[in-house]
Amino acid sequence: MTDTVKNSATADAVKRDTLKNTVLFAVVFGLIIGSGFFTGWNNVLFTINMGLISAIMALGVNLQWGFAGLFNVGVMGFVALGGLAAVLIGMPATPGAFAAGGTGVLVALALGAGTMVAAVLTYRRMAPGRNRSLALMAILIVGFFVFRGFLDPNVALIEDVNPAATGYLGGLNPGSEETYRDNGLIMLLAWPVGGVLAAGAAWLIGKAALGLRSDYLAIATLGIAEIIIAVLKNEDWLTRGVKNVVGIPRPVPYELDLQNSAQFVERAAAMGFDPVEGSTLWVKVLYAALFAIVLGIIFWLSQRALNSPWGRMLRAIRDNEVAAEAMGKDVTARHLQVFILGSAICGVAGAMMTTLDSQLTPGTYQPLRFTFLVWVMVIVGGSGSNLGAILGGFLIWFLWTTVEPLGKFVLEYATSGMAEDNWLRLHLIDSAAQMRLMTMGIIMILVLRFSPRGLIPEK
Amino acid sequence: MDFLNAIVALCNFVLIPGIAYGSQLAIGALGVTLVYGILRFSNFAHGDTMAFGTMVTILVTWWMQSVGISLGPLPTALLALPFGILGCIVLVLITDRAVYRFYRVQKAKPVILVIVSMGVMFVMNGIVRFIIGPDDQSFSDGPRFIISARDFKTLTGLDEGMSIKTTQVITVVTAIIVVALLFWFLNRTRAGKSMRAYSDNEDLALLSGINPERVVMLTWIIVAALATIAGTLYGLDKSFKPFTYFQLLLPIFAAAVVGGIGSPLGAIAGGFVIAFSEVTITYAWKKVLVYLMPEPLEPSSLVQLISTDYKFAVSFVILLIVLLFKPTGLFKGQSTT
Repeated sequence: MTDTVKNSATADAVKRDTLKNTVLFAVVFGLIIGSGFFTGWNNVLFTINMGLISAIMALGVNLQWGFAGLFNVGVMGFVALGGLAAVLIGMPATPGAFAAGGTGVLVALALGAGTMVAAVLTYRRMAPGRNRSLALMAILIVGFFVFRGFLDPNVALIEDVNPAATGYLGGLNPGSEETYRDNGLIMLLAWPVGGVLAAGAAWLIGKAALGLRSDYLAIATLGIAEIIIAVLKNEDWLTRGVKNVVGIPRPVPYELDLQNSAQFVERAAAMGFDPVEGSTLWVKVLYAALFAIVLGIIFWLSQRALNSPWGRMLRAIRDNEVAAEAMGKDVTARHLQVFILGSAICGVAGAMMTTLDSQLTPGTYQPLRFTFLVWVMVIVGGSGSNLGAILGGFLIWFLWTTVEPLGKFVLEYATSGMAEDNWLRLHLIDSAAQMRLMTMGIIMILVLRFSPRGLIPEK
Repeated sequence: MDFLNAIVALCNFVLIPGIAYGSQLAIGALGVTLVYGILRFSNFAHGDTMAFGTMVTILVTWWMQSVGISLGPLPTALLALPFGILGCIVLVLITDRAVYRFYRVQKAKPVILVIVSMGVMFVMNGIVRFIIGPDDQSFSDGPRFIISARDFKTLTGLDEGMSIKTTQVITVVTAIIVVALLFWFLNRTRAGKSMRAYSDNEDLALLSGINPERVVMLTWIIVAALATIAGTLYGLDKSFKPFTYFQLLLPIFAAAVVGGIGSPLGAIAGGFVIAFSEVTITYAWKKVLVYLMPEPLEPSSLVQLISTDYKFAVSFVILLIVLLFKPTGLFKGQSTT
């Protein structure tokens, strides 16, 4: 008897939760779609696409913070590495660049890695003392100069290959300069590769920095992200640096090709769209479908992980590290595992974003936008809850894009009594773009204060 | 003569900029370390606190310049500095009252406070960008150099010039005054002693009748003053841009950790360690080596260990080394494990 009562009570609670979650998602999507009446369907689809990507990033951070309590503020770095993967996979190899200096660069990188390995081995094998320190110093200094000696001349050779248009190694796309865009489907391969790149970086960082106290891990990851961006900005042979890589192929058709296809024009006309509008919308719909599939897979996996023994172990570690360790759980290994997994998800999202943009612009990676905004998504959505991360991703991205025009509108309205060229009015309207940072901060502080478990709390 | 030239070049490009930058980092790191020692969390909003204080200083400086108040040969910003400090104090006290106090009462975990400080960082960053905009601002006035490179050359007859910027001298002098005052306060006054007691052992401090809210308020006031001074000095020496101040967070944290977080003396030492490592590793040594090496051995490349764009990597690597091998830092701060 009591069991049935209990069961029906939990069943009721589940029902209530489902209802509440459905309402929350309905409200967020209602907001996004409703905004379409003011800004047009193109913008709605763009918001949804970026919302899907943001949701994936939020899932990655949620895996680290929500499941395991790891404080990673280097999201930007992993996202950027994903973008690098999009270039390395999607772009054609620059003719002659690899022959000029490719091997040399690879040798240099191998030597650099070898130096690090030798240093680590020396550190582990030799007895502590002055001799070890001297040996370490010698290995690192000699290794550094040999590395630079090999790297610099080869880099110069690569960057001299047609510097105005390429000047970098290019990628693995089998097509030539003219035909590589036809191999757009290769980008689907770039997404997991982005994840692998990010995972590799995460392994390195995790080996060094996990096990530090949480706020030091935060500072360390913050630094790593800045370094990764610095590498992307300055290693022109790899990414063309601030000259940007443009024209990355895409896994969906080009608008122009659609407009030239009689079949498409006919179908668009049947649905009441002119070819130009129809093609831009259709491309975005295709992207949305692809992104939704990726999000679906990652969500399903995260959900399985959350409810598996592995997920329970992670939460046990998160809630009481000492007790979990006493039960024989390998805390450091689990932390490393989840750190790599979460970062890989961010890398996948980064590769998808660069694909959507069709260009890699290292100068546009800003920690406030790519790291801390994702954190706001996770906190607002509800840390530890995958559905919450997705909801937060959509909601916060929507607000991020809406606050600026809305703020401008509000400020224009509020200052409409002032003279047209009043300096205060002009300044306020000019600064409206900056309002979104403040809004995000206020939202985050309010949620942390009054609803620290977020919109969809962890069960 | 060559040897003298080398020394002069070294002073001009490494020593003097390093000392100035180190002083700025040291004052910044003192703020971080105080918050950590008393409030027990890493304050991610510190860079933006610096930016806010500097912004108020700049606005007052502009107003003073427009009505013709000046400090003679010294930058007007020094006269505006007290107003900047006041503005910053008001802001952090409001922030503490509205945001941090709640978590202090709850005895929330430090990591929660760090996340909260991220939110505060957003808001402060937004305020600064909203008021003064995201662009570079220059607010230094008065003569730029005490000795310009050309004067130095004609004065000494050397090939290398050595220039000393007014702002560099001001930075160092201000830093010395600030540090002396701070240490006098912490070591000699009753309020300072109560702060140290609270930092060492909260329970014992409470038992001996120290009012925690008073200690926290004092800390924030000092931190706001330090942040504004550090920010203004940095802005005078280089230039003011909100995003740069956010990025200063990394070297400042590195400085605090290297010195031993929670230890004021360590923060100062850490500031100089970070500054000198950054400057020496990113400096193109060719200029100095040309004078020291015999002709055939003269370097053909710039002899720059790594490009200036990677200066964050320097503070980061030092930070990691310290965290991994000497978690308490140089001056035995609170352990970081």
